[in-house]
Amino acid sequence: MDILQLTYNGIVLGSILALGAIGLTMIFGVLRFAHFAHGDLMTVGAYIAFTFVHWLGWPIWLAAIPAIILTSVIAVILDQLFYRRMRRVAPVILLISSFATALMLRALVQIIWGPDNQVYETGISIPYRVAGLVVTPDSLKVLVGAVVMVVVVHLFLAHTKMGKAMRAMSDNVDLARLSGVPVKRVIFWTWVFAGALTAVAGILLGMDTRLIPTMGWNTLLPIFAATILGGVGRPYGAILGGLVIGLAMNYSVLIMPSAYKLAVAFVIMIGVLILRPQGLLKGISL
Amino acid sequence: MSYLGLYHYGLYFLATAGIFGILALGLNLQWGLSGVFNLGIAGFFAIGAYASALLTGAPDPGHWGGFSLPLPVGAIAAMIISGAVALVIGAATIRLRSDYLAIATLGIAEIIRLVIKNTGDLTGGVRGIAGIPSPFHADSQLVLLIVVLAVIVVLYWLVERARVSPWGRVLRGIRENEDAAMAAGKYVTRFRLEAFVVGSAFMGLGGALYASSIGFISPEAFRPEYGTFLIWVMLIAGGSGNNVGVLVGTFLVWLVWSFSSLLTDLLPGGLATQAGAVRIFLIGLLLQVILLVRPEGLFPEKSPRLIGRPRTDAESRHTPDES
Repeated sequence: MDILQLTYNGIVLGSILALGAIGLTMIFGVLRFAHFAHGDLMTVGAYIAFTFVHWLGWPIWLAAIPAIILTSVIAVILDQLFYRRMRRVAPVILLISSFATALMLRALVQIIWGPDNQVYETGISIPYRVAGLVVTPDSLKVLVGAVVMVVVVHLFLAHTKMGKAMRAMSDNVDLARLSGVPVKRVIFWTWVFAGALTAVAGILLGMDTRLIPTMGWNTLLPIFAATILGGVGRPYGAILGGLVIGLAMNYSVLIMPSAYKLAVAFVIMIGVLILRPQGLLKGISL
Repeated sequence: MSYLGLYHYGLYFLATAGIFGILALGLNLQWGLSGVFNLGIAGFFAIGAYASALLTGAPDPGHWGGFSLPLPVGAIAAMIISGAVALVIGAATIRLRSDYLAIATLGIAEIIRLVIKNTGDLTGGVRGIAGIPSPFHADSQLVLLIVVLAVIVVLYWLVERARVSPWGRVLRGIRENEDAAMAAGKYVTRFRLEAFVVGSAFMGLGGALYASSIGFISPEAFRPEYGTFLIWVMLIAGGSGNNVGVLVGTFLVWLVWSFSSLLTDLLPGGLATQAGAVRIFLIGLLLQVILLVRPEGLFPEKSPRLIGRPRTDAESRHTPDES
């Protein structure tokens, strides 16, 4: 496969990873723990959208709206039910708890929607050919969707009071607290924000490939890689990290079997942790 | 089920609980004693299982190996190879903070599974390896159980010795306060690495016994749900840091896990996969409840008394939790 095609596919994958990583990096930054259920939250978002597409016949962009809302609600409920009560203890307890949450969410998806593959739309869509590049309509929709979300994220973080408060808290919790940032409300909105983004990431991943209960879990490692590469707590770093990881995973097929794409993301992550633990955009050291 | 069937099931149940107990003792050495966060248990478990299966199994054109060596050779090789892999991995990652180490070890375990899946010539790939002989070719559940129990007794004695030894005290010191341990002149990285390697060797040994007990292994058996998560639930439920607690926790969680299958077996046959998911969901919920209600587990850790030194009255007064 030529480099142009790999680049295009890498950007498509990278933009999905970026959306997952923005939410993860904000949770990491604001709540100071590695949220292992993030990938499975993606899966939940994707399947909720699937339900509206499949049962009500809604177009995917419309089905995305209830999926975003419900996934945010689930994220907030998980925080209230489990994480909130564990916040005073060590972050590793929260991490173990989130690992349990991950398995519970994945199990629920299997119980409700079954273990088989699903797709949003059946039928053949004819790919466009532009200068030797094969572009499927779905991948184009994924790109558009991701760009729209990134613009929304930028407007929210740069221009709203809550967005600024979230960034302030992920920058320096103590300083933010002293400056009168309403901590509880910021935590609440961080979950809403992260939940919404993971839902979109899950839907786009489902459009790009297909829906399986392990889809989010399989994507967790590249999302962590993107988060760490970009710098923990750095939303713009997460976008950059997502694109770099997505491209690297796709370029890797030039030199090794595609089964090892995941290993590429992992090796980059380990390299960053050892050589530059603060990430590209100088994330917080927790 | 006939009485004989029940007897065999009982032996098998206890032996499998024992194998999980070996993994849990290894994890307790890493996390409970030393604060080394390993989310990649399944990886070392798998390496041990494959190493032993390839050495002790009969030749098979489907994969490499098959040297029909005796189980002790396979078990020792499993420990050495798991430990060596842990040494290489640990040398690169052991300095990482606990949450990063968790992400890293989880990733390593997934990559190990990926490699096993994609190197069919060596490991049989997704087809797995069949015909792994039972311990000493005895084909008896009783022999298996005796072997497993003997291993547990030895390992338990070792980890308890380690816990009260100066080595164990340094590790707990590092776990509680890394900076203080460093200030006291302890080479923190090396101690953490030692705990990681020894604990992973335990996991490799557990893998060898598992392969020998089941007779068949495939990458599916080493998914994080079973190979890693269940062990963590056992550790947390029993009491991280307390070796007796960890063994009791292992037994109880294995009991819950096994009997939950009796319940889900009542579901209609077409819902078999769903039944598995229900069990995973319930065990996840169990862990959440334990973390919320009793994060120290059933048997909280006690700090060990120093060997060979009787406790003075003043000491017991100041540590009421131990009296």
